[in-house]
Amino acid sequence: MVSINQYLVLSAILFTLGVSGVLIRRNAIIVLMCIELMLNAVNLTFVAFARQHGQLDGHVVVFFVMAVAAAEAAVGLALVMALFRHKATVNLDQANLLKG
Amino acid sequence: MFQQLAFYSLATLAIVAGLFVISGKNPISCAIALVVTLGSVAGLFVLLDAHFIATIQILVYAGAIMVLFVFVIMLLNLHPDEMGPPQISPLKMVGCALAGAGSILLMLKFVKVGGQFPAVPPEYGTIEAVSIKLFTDYLIPFEVISILLTTAVVGAVVVGKRDL
Repeated sequence: MVSINQYLVLSAILFTLGVSGVLIRRNAIIVLMCIELMLNAVNLTFVAFARQHGQLDGHVVVFFVMAVAAAEAAVGLALVMALFRHKATVNLDQANLLKG
Repeated sequence: MFQQLAFYSLATLAIVAGLFVISGKNPISCAIALVVTLGSVAGLFVLLDAHFIATIQILVYAGAIMVLFVFVIMLLNLHPDEMGPPQISPLKMVGCALAGAGSILLMLKFVKVGGQFPAVPPEYGTIEAVSIKLFTDYLIPFEVISILLTTAVVGAVVVGKRDL
């Protein structure tokens, strides 16, 4: 039978994929997608633990995480648009104005 | 038996599509792969009796957020050379490996709660049960979320203005 451990391992793998994407990709849009992937992996953990404990609090937290993810995507994509307007690129290595 | 089959097929689909998200060349195909991943995770939510969460996963993530991504990709109209392959350096590989080892170790060793899932009442995870929780115990966070969303929308409009 499938127990919580399988769900936790799957969630860890998805989170790792998200971290790797943020590290190796330089396209700002894809980096934002990888952040969504990480948030989703964490949501899976929340729901798995909620099921394990028979409580619904985890579902409510997932609801809040989704709202925050939507807000983050809206602001992040607006920032990508602003970056593209100023530099005509979405390559994060070229967004180095604050670099010392 | 059915649960096992469904879990492993959805998990494989999610991981393969996730690999495609971080390795795809074209942002649009990455976005489509991300939709597949989010859909598989929604299926896993159904397996975990989280019906309401699975529904809003499809509605909010695969619907609203991904449409936003696709719109931005379309608006930017990038040059093909900007969609180049991922840049992999040894240091980044070490970082990825450490992240993977750390999260899997955390899940396997530090969290020892295994065993079968307990039985839950039939109304577990339905919109009614979740919303009772949401509008009683979590009413104030819920209202704060509405302020956050308003702030985010205003911020996105201001940042997106032509003369920043």
